[in-house]
Amino acid sequence: MSFDIVLTVNGTRRTIPIPDPRVTLLDLLREGLHLTGAKKGCDRGQCGACTVLVDGRRINSCLALAVSLDGSEILTIEGLAEGDRLHPVQEAFIAHDGFQCGFCTPGQIMSAVGLIREAQAGDDPERVREAMSGNLCRCGAYAGITEAVLEAQNALSQHETPRRGEAA
Amino acid sequence: MIPFEYIRATDVAGAVAAGSAPGAAYLAAGTNLLDLMKGGVARPTRLVDITRLPGLAAVERRDDGGLRIGALARNSDLAHDPAFAKAYPAVAEALLSGASAQLRNAATAAGNVMQRTRCPYFTDPGSACNKRRPGSGCEAVGGETRLHAVLGWSEACIATHPSDFCVSLVALDAGVEIAGPAGTRFVPLESFHRLPGDAPERETVLEPGELITALVLPPEAVAFAGHSRYLKVRDRTSYAFAVVSAAAALRIEDGRIAEARLALGGVALKPWRAKAAEGLLAGRAPDATAFRAAAEAALTDARPSGDNAFKIELARRLVVRALTAAAAGTPARLPALPGSVLAPAPEAAHA
Repeated sequence: MSFDIVLTVNGTRRTIPIPDPRVTLLDLLREGLHLTGAKKGCDRGQCGACTVLVDGRRINSCLALAVSLDGSEILTIEGLAEGDRLHPVQEAFIAHDGFQCGFCTPGQIMSAVGLIREAQAGDDPERVREAMSGNLCRCGAYAGITEAVLEAQNALSQHETPRRGEAA
Repeated sequence: MIPFEYIRATDVAGAVAAGSAPGAAYLAAGTNLLDLMKGGVARPTRLVDITRLPGLAAVERRDDGGLRIGALARNSDLAHDPAFAKAYPAVAEALLSGASAQLRNAATAAGNVMQRTRCPYFTDPGSACNKRRPGSGCEAVGGETRLHAVLGWSEACIATHPSDFCVSLVALDAGVEIAGPAGTRFVPLESFHRLPGDAPERETVLEPGELITALVLPPEAVAFAGHSRYLKVRDRTSYAFAVVSAAAALRIEDGRIAEARLALGGVALKPWRAKAAEGLLAGRAPDATAFRAAAEAALTDARPSGDNAFKIELARRLVVRALTAAAAGTPARLPALPGSVLAPAPEAAHA
């Protein structure tokens, strides 16, 4: 039993055959669409390395069935920069050493983009840490991550035109 | 994960018809179900996708002043709805104390109610578990039991229900609206989950094919908005299940407790309403003596199911702490660390 689903992935609408309903969004992105930015860390919703935005909301792509997301818009780390121009969250992670080995980084960055869209944390580092608790970093770059999120949020609030991943 | 048939339901009647087949399971976000399917713990042969059922995500004020929370309302949408958080602050705090932001963005209200225990012997298909395989025994008994039940358990099963949301809801007399092959019915949340007894494989009162369509908060629930808290002791401050949790809500009139609501999490296989403790508090001044008496009453029947006697005294102290915090008044804004006992506590937090 095969399904055809339609997803808009990083701005491109595409029809994708799903030959087996067991495939998760993460596996579809990585194996089917060759978008390997989202990482398979635990594959059980515990580490956050697979975080992507679905219809503007950050979720664990390892715990979502692709077939059930028919019609959704997906934003992955690959869709964040515009050409060579990095997204402010990407720039802030570099500026603040928000990573070491980099494995968790695409998930951290997509989670941060989602967090800023949610607009619940304000400029309180404690609220940022709480809102980022679904992303584990085994190198322990948490201090830099928190600083990066706060700076990127501040930078984005001064942007005149929304970029990909920000609320219009 | 074993192969399954995928059916996308377009209306409730169709979903119930498809979901009535043996081996069928309903799929909403799937945050718990897919995890269990990957581990071979849940093995449905048919998934009925209910995410497109019309109207099932709506949150609506009813004519009687109650609130109907559609089954598919997302945890984060509910918790971050300012009107909802103002009317039911302990429920919002409970929601935000659970899981991670990503999971709350996906997970649904009814899915939270239907989530399974995180007992490590249940989630490991290599272990004997009466819940997963009736009659196979319980390997948790005599095993690693630090987080297991201290109330309502049986020799057949000592697991706990993992929900925070349900603890806050049961304190406010929430109900469950259910659609099934024979029509719609309504069950109080307090009697929705079953204690294990000798049949721990039957976790709820749902019959085959029955589908939760909504959770309902009664009109009286908003009367507690000024004095409500949810506190949760856990092994790390965020993104962890409760060791013990408590929802406390008070209605205070002329300096006395007119009505109290109290429920515990992490202690039993269901969200545990402590009605005897509530009865003791009615009419009394909201002070440490009354709160300690309530804590004693709430845990009167508690007994360890293994290496977890500490949870009984921990639960008593958390009850006192939660009641003290509720009496001090609901904070204007939810704390930065929802449900945390590490946040600054009001005076006399420890009786």
